[in-house]
Amino acid sequence: MPGELRNRLVTTLVETGAMVRFLFRILAGVPRALLRFDLVVAQVYNAGALSLVIIMLSGLFVGMVLGLQGFQLLQRFGSEEALGIAAAIGLVKELGPVVTALLFAGRAGTALASELGLMRATDQLSAMEMMAVDPVQRVVVPRFLGGIIAMPLLAAIFSMIGIYGAQLVGVQFMGVDSGSFWSQMRSGVDLVDVTEGIVKSGAFGIACSLIAVYEGYHAEPTAEGVGRATTRTVVTSAVTTLFLDYLITAMFLK
Amino acid sequence: MRNSHTLNLGTGLFVLLGFAALFFLTTQTTSRGLSFGSKPHYDVTAKFDNVGDLKVGSPVSMAGVEIGRVSDISFDSKDYKAVVVMRLDSRYNQIPSDSDASIYTQGLLGGKFVGLTAGGGETYLKDKDHIDFTQSAFVLENLIGQFLANFGKTAAGAGTDTAATPAAAPAATPAKEKTK
Repeated sequence: MPGELRNRLVTTLVETGAMVRFLFRILAGVPRALLRFDLVVAQVYNAGALSLVIIMLSGLFVGMVLGLQGFQLLQRFGSEEALGIAAAIGLVKELGPVVTALLFAGRAGTALASELGLMRATDQLSAMEMMAVDPVQRVVVPRFLGGIIAMPLLAAIFSMIGIYGAQLVGVQFMGVDSGSFWSQMRSGVDLVDVTEGIVKSGAFGIACSLIAVYEGYHAEPTAEGVGRATTRTVVTSAVTTLFLDYLITAMFLK
Repeated sequence: MRNSHTLNLGTGLFVLLGFAALFFLTTQTTSRGLSFGSKPHYDVTAKFDNVGDLKVGSPVSMAGVEIGRVSDISFDSKDYKAVVVMRLDSRYNQIPSDSDASIYTQGLLGGKFVGLTAGGGETYLKDKDHIDFTQSAFVLENLIGQFLANFGKTAAGAGTDTAATPAAAPAATPAKEKTK
């Protein structure tokens, strides 16, 4: 049993090391990838524009639930007007970046991993190497960059729609005063809170994109292997996101 | 060609929407948005004995209406007072210069804000003017402390009064003897 445990530990360390080395390999390819920016744009479209509908719908419902729950709770203390600041802080600092990252891992991360895994399984990556095209340079780096660009924008859209969702429930349905909803939000939310959200979504973008391309690129070249890579992408991304969330929150704590 | 067109259109739309959302979050949900437009304003200072937890960006209101914000708080080491700079909207330029400024609390435990009460003077506050009449923040701990001290005195009052007089009398007599 201890032997098995040690093996698992060593495997995890090896995986982490390999991922960091893969990150450096990607970073080395970034300057040249910027010269072929059309490839990056295509990936921003794949990772960002195609995730727009799910992000907007989720943001709307998360905001609406926040409005409903927040209203119920704040009503007990007779301070329904604080709903604006409660919803805005919750969305901008926590729910926006985290839920976006989880949805991103499920929607775009799995697509990336299975696409790269299938490329590996059907020897497309080997074929590129045969033609002296570096597959990391040509395939992986644009996908990585596309994910990084898309994530903060998706998180910002999520938060904005969420705030309007909370406003819809709070102000339109529950009758909270619209003026105090917005003015309490403005006086309570600091620019640092917005910055924290942007920093978080940037970090999650890097982590989720790296995990997706790493798992896909190193997938076993079988149908089962591609499936496993997809699953691992979601699991690892979710855990890493929540862990990073704690770290960055602690960093921003005054 | 058509494929590339829709791709660019979709990406452009997405990026535009994303930056619009970022702009919304930075300007509409925070208090910084107001300073972007840089409305005409004028600065007025006031010195307080204690500002409590008044912060830069706290509202300045008159009759309950926000007329400006606190733009700076510093400490004057000459007379040990807090110097609060208030940035008032130029629309409200007819505030008598003998108005007084007090620090109030929003709700029972809310944040602090500066409330101005109009005086009866003929001259109005201008840029870089100084408000002389101020009242400090109401610090809950001090009030509780005072209350407890008073409460302790009155409760023990009956006992200490009688005990204090004989003790004070011998203490006073040697002093008298010395002066003789």
